[in-house]
Parts: sequence; C-alpha cells; structure tokens
Amino acid sequence: MSASHVKLRGVTRVFAATGATAAVNALGPIDLDIERGEFFAIIGPSGCGKSTLMEIVAGLLSPSAGSVMLEGTLVDGEVVDGVGVVFQEDATFPWLNARDNIAFGLLQTGLPRAEIEARVDHALHLMGLAGFADAFPVQLSGGMRQRVCIARTLVQRPRLILLDEPFGALDQQTRLLMGDELVRLWRETGATILLITHSLDEAAMLATRIGVMSARPGRMLDIVSTPWEPGRGSTIISDPRFGAVTAQLWQLLREESLRSMTGSGHRP
Amino acid sequence: MTAGRVRLMITIGIVGVLEAMCRLGAIDRFAMPPPSEIMWNLGRILVSGQMWPAIAKTFANVAAAGAAAIVAGVALGTLIHRWAALRETLDPAFAAYYAIPIYAFYPLFIVVFGMGDLPQVLIGFMLALVAVIMNTLNGLDRVPRVLLKTARIQRLGRVSTALKVSLPFAAPYVFTGIKLAVAYSFIGVIGAELIMSRTGLGYEIGYAYNNFDNAVMYPLIVLVLTVAASVNAVFYVWEKKLLARRRK
Amino acid sequence: MSKRRRAVNAALLIGGLVVVWQVVSWLVPWLTGANALASPAETLRFTYGLLASPSFYPHAGETARAFAIALIFAVSLGVSIGTALGASRFAGEVGEPILVGIYSIPKITLYPIVLLAFGIGMPAKVAFGAMHGIVPIAIFTMGALRNLNPVFLKTARVQRMSRWQIASRVLFPASVPEVFTGFRIGFSLTLIGTLLGEMFASQRGLGYLLMQAIGLHNIRMITAVTFILVCVAVTASAVLWAVDRRLHRRIPAEG
Repeated sequence: MSASHVKLRGVTRVFAATGATAAVNALGPIDLDIERGEFFAIIGPSGCGKSTLMEIVAGLLSPSAGSVMLEGTLVDGEVVDGVGVVFQEDATFPWLNARDNIAFGLLQTGLPRAEIEARVDHALHLMGLAGFADAFPVQLSGGMRQRVCIARTLVQRPRLILLDEPFGALDQQTRLLMGDELVRLWRETGATILLITHSLDEAAMLATRIGVMSARPGRMLDIVSTPWEPGRGSTIISDPRFGAVTAQLWQLLREESLRSMTGSGHRP
Repeated sequence: MTAGRVRLMITIGIVGVLEAMCRLGAIDRFAMPPPSEIMWNLGRILVSGQMWPAIAKTFANVAAAGAAAIVAGVALGTLIHRWAALRETLDPAFAAYYAIPIYAFYPLFIVVFGMGDLPQVLIGFMLALVAVIMNTLNGLDRVPRVLLKTARIQRLGRVSTALKVSLPFAAPYVFTGIKLAVAYSFIGVIGAELIMSRTGLGYEIGYAYNNFDNAVMYPLIVLVLTVAASVNAVFYVWEKKLLARRRK
Repeated sequence: MSKRRRAVNAALLIGGLVVVWQVVSWLVPWLTGANALASPAETLRFTYGLLASPSFYPHAGETARAFAIALIFAVSLGVSIGTALGASRFAGEVGEPILVGIYSIPKITLYPIVLLAFGIGMPAKVAFGAMHGIVPIAIFTMGALRNLNPVFLKTARVQRMSRWQIASRVLFPASVPEVFTGFRIGFSLTLIGTLLGEMFASQRGLGYLLMQAIGLHNIRMITAVTFILVCVAVTASAVLWAVDRRLHRRIPAEG
C-alpha cells in the first residue's frame, strides 16, 4: 500500500479569457508527491498560484490539465472525504458562537450528540478556547477566530489538512506560538499537513519538506528537506542548521520574488 | 450577450406583449390604450405645445427643490458633523425621518404658503434634504484620521482642511446624497402636484384622470417616468464612476 | 453611548420638536390669519377623544388590514425577486439597474393606472402599498446574496454539504442582517404607500379620515390624525431599527 497521500501529475490551471483580459496561465505544470503523515510546506512569491494549487488539491477547483489523486482517489472539482481546510480569511460564521462554529461540520454527520459534544469540548481545550466557548466571533481576536477555524477542521478528524496562510493576519509573536501549536496538533493527530505560507522561517520551522514554487505560472523549482527530527517547532531557531535551510530557500526564492515583483514572470 | 442588451430585449418584450394585449382586446381600451398609440399621443402633445407650461413648471420646481436641498444639506451636514452633541441628538431623527408620511403636512403648507409653487417645492426640499445631510455626514465620517493628521502637520487651518482635505475625500459619498436628492425632488414635487396643486405635470395627470382622458394621461405618465428615470440614471452612473476610484 | 445618554438625547429631541410645534401653531394664525396646525395640547386632547370614540376603530382596523396584506405581498415578492437576482451574477447585473430605476421614480404617478386596473377599494390600496415596499426589499435581498463572504461558501463545500444544507445553514443566516434592513425600509414605505392609497381610493381607513378632515377644513382632526400616523410610523421604525442594530452587532469589522 503506497504511502502516498497526495499525488499531482502535470497539474495546470488556466483562467479563461474574459472580454477584458487575456487568458492567464496561473499555475503549472506541477508534479508533486506528498507522503502520508508528512508536514509539507509550499512557499513561493506572490501571485505564483500557491492558493490556487491548494484549492485544486482540496477539490474546490478543477485542474485545467493533469490529475490529482488523494489516497488513490481521483479528485476533480469535488471535495472528497477526509479533507480539512483552513483558509486565509476569517471563516467563522458570525451568527454562531465558538462552540457552535466548531460543531458546525459535525451536525450533519449523524453522530450522536454526546459524541459531538465530547469532540467539541476536546477541541476547545486543545486550542485553548475553553473559556470562550460561548463567545461570538465579534468578541474574539483575529488569532482566536483562526483557532476556532482550526478547531472546526480538527473535530472532523481529517486525514489531510490544508492550510492557506492561516496566520497571515496575525502579528509575529502570535504566529510563532500558533506555529508551535500546529506542530503539536500534527504530532497528536498524525494527519498529513500541507501548509501554504509566504514566510520562509515558518516553513523551515514547521515542515519536514518544503516545496519552492517559481513566479507565475508557478512550477516546483525544488524541494528542500529539513535535516532535523520533525516537530521541533520554533525551538529550532537556535540551531545553526536552521540558518542554512532558510539561506538555501532564499537563494531559490530571491530571483523568483524579484521576477514576480517586477511582473515579468515566466513566459507560459 | 451583455447585460445591457438583455435589459433592452426585456423592455422590448414587455412593450410588445402590452401592445399585443391591447390590440387584441385582452386589455380594455378604457383601461389602457396600446403603447404605440400612447407614444403617438405623446408626440402630438409635445409638438402642440399645450403642455410646455406645465412641463416647465414641474421641472423648474424639481430643480429648485433639488438644488436647495443639496446646498442646504451639505452645509448643514458639515456643521452637524462638527458639533458632536447636536449630531448625537439628531441621529435617531434621521433614522426615522423617511418613515414619516410627509404628504400629511401638505395641508399645513398650503395654508401657510398659499396655492402657489412653494408647497410643492417645500415638500420636495424636505424629502431630499435629509438624504443629503445623512450622506454628507457619512462621507465626512470616512475621512481617515491619518489624512487629518497630515493636514495638521502641513499646518492647514480648519477651513483649509475642510476645503482641501475633508470635502474632497468625502465627495463621492456626498455625491450619493446628491443622487438621492434628485430622485426625492422628483418624487416630492410630482406627488405634491398630483395631490393638491393647480399647475404642473402632476396636476395635469390627475386632471386627465378625472376627465377620463387617457389620450393625455398615459403620455404624460410616460413622459414623467422617462425623464425621471433618465435623469436618475445619469446620476447613478456618475456616482458609480466616482466610487470606483475608491475601491477598497 | 450609555443608555442614560441615549434617553437624555431622545428626550431633548422630542422636547425640541414639541417646542417647534407649539411655536409654529402660534405663528401661523399670527402671520396668515388662518389656522393650520393645532397646538400640542389641543392635539393630545383631541387624540384622546378620538381614541375613546368607537367610530375610530373601524378606520384604524381597515388601515391595519390593508397594510398587513400589502406587507405580506411586498415581503414575499421582494424576497423572491431579490433571491432570483442575487443567485446568478448575470441576473444581478441585468436586474439591478432596473430595480434601482424603479426605486427612484415617482411611483405616485402610476397611481391613476393602479386605480384603473384595480378600481376603488382594498385591492388598490394593497397594490399601492405593496408597490412601494417590494423594491427596497428586493434590492437588499439581492445585495445580501451578492455580498455573501465567499469564504463561507468555500467552507460549506469543504464540509461537503448538499445544496439545501448550504442554503439553509449558511446562506440564510448570513443574509438575515441585510435582508432585515430591506424589510425595515420596505415596512415604512409600504405603510406610506398604503396611506396614500387610502387617501384616494377608499371610503374607510385613516388615510380617508385625513382627506375628509382636509376637505372639511377640520384643523384639529388633521393634526390629530397626522400625529397618530407619525407616532405609529416612528415607533415601528424605532423598534425595527433596534432589531436591525442588534442583528448587525454580531458582524465583526472587516480586517
């Protein structure tokens, strides 16, 4: 039984021409294998298509060409079982309190109420939200709202968790702490994690392997493995190998970032 | 197939169906003549010149009500914005204002101002005024603090700041109020003319109705609606352009 | 703002209006020699008399009935149209200028046509009331669907919810605040439209009472009926406004 969880072959995404704009080759072609239980990060310059890639893997978008296999099942524009997503924007439902937000996905699964309550309470404790179960999103800070979203994903026990710059709106210190929490969750749940981030440090700190994408249309330039034992989190900062990895990432990324900034990109 | 073309097709479709229904007798002649006949009569009325005094009167009243509401509204809005206590007291009044049946005050106006044009203009003015005030307040609210701080660092005085920073920034939102003022002026003036006036297009429509004169009534209704809709459309498009420059 | 401050402000506002009212009721006969507005005290007395007399209530009931039916039509048609136009981007593009155009024209001009179509009586009043309320309700319902935060839909799809589940558990609760604002505005406009309808197409109802009083030049009656109408309209509007505010309070500010 293959240990592959996510397999992409030749995945591209083209946004069709409208009256006003020409067709945009947003992504690809991409070949990628992510192993079960890995913590895989993807970094790349703005506009390279990382979010599009994540949505294709999630099944929210169809690839224009190529194939996406999740645990051996073909995924094409439909979300399959066992996938959880944490988006960049705040996705908490403002009309529900934290507890109801977290329970949201479980309510249609037919699980008994006691089981649902148990899972929700566990998630609340896990994410440090126990005292805020009855608070509404408007009463919570951005970081706490994001934790509610993560909790909502966790209670469904997904085997693959996709996160698209989940800590983007937070300040640096909170980001570091949330990153550590994410690693802890990864170790406890054993899920496969795909993290999209623009932060080199974050990718290096948290992931077992890091895919570096080129400027638009994004392709996989290289995959860098972190040489230390997985799950060190932010404590790895003091390790000299950390600096070496981030230097390697920046070397790959610097030119692509310049390209993306000046808008030249790659010819499709 | 653009949205505009679809709209045009829908309009043509509806007019076509009405024409057919009228000609075939599904709609009683007494209730409504066919659209083609209405347009023919409209042309006849315009050419004959019999309605030009009424047309001039109505549009003059609408313009007067609108202009007065815009000038007074922006001025009052700016003043009220400055004076926070006054604003706090008046805010709930603005919220409830448009719930009030304003035509009920018409008899009062007639007694005070007589049967001339002033009651109509006043009703149009009163309807339009609060919309301008509310949108001026909204626009001034949106001026970011950082721009005001910049003005202070540039050592601009209070009036200069208002003229060079606040009002220009607020302009697109104030313009929303202007667009509404135009619509409300039409609604107020023509409604007042219909209810209790002796001149103007609103009155002529009511008169034609009372005399069972469909040949005059329908063309005038079409004229009023077309002009009002066109003028409003111009302001609507203008407003969209101004706001588009302010995309978040 | 504290509740106390709000109460003080409200008292000041009402007090100020009463003072202006009193002053105007003195000034008018002094300036023009004719009476046009009864004083606040006179009006209150007359209103009390009106409310005590049994002949008032059939009229009030008539208005209430017409308004209720008109509102039901306005809400059901308005929400349906708004939902249809909000569901598809293209439909919205086509329909929005039409709705906005209808909203801004003087609908009172269509009044003779409504009379010709429905005759005099309840149907005309209901038509006129509903006509005024449909458009803002439709516009706001359409807006609620078009402004729906896209991340909500994505979240629902990740949860693999069926279309019906998405509509009932995400679209509906997310739309409530904006749809309610449309309802609040449509409520007031339907009331005004119904009253206008009563002024011309009815032998019963509060609007009819007002017209009758104008014809008989009964100043106290005119002022009293106007006073009652304004009170009802403002109170209803204030209550709806409070609910509207509460519904919007749950929405976090945009980042």
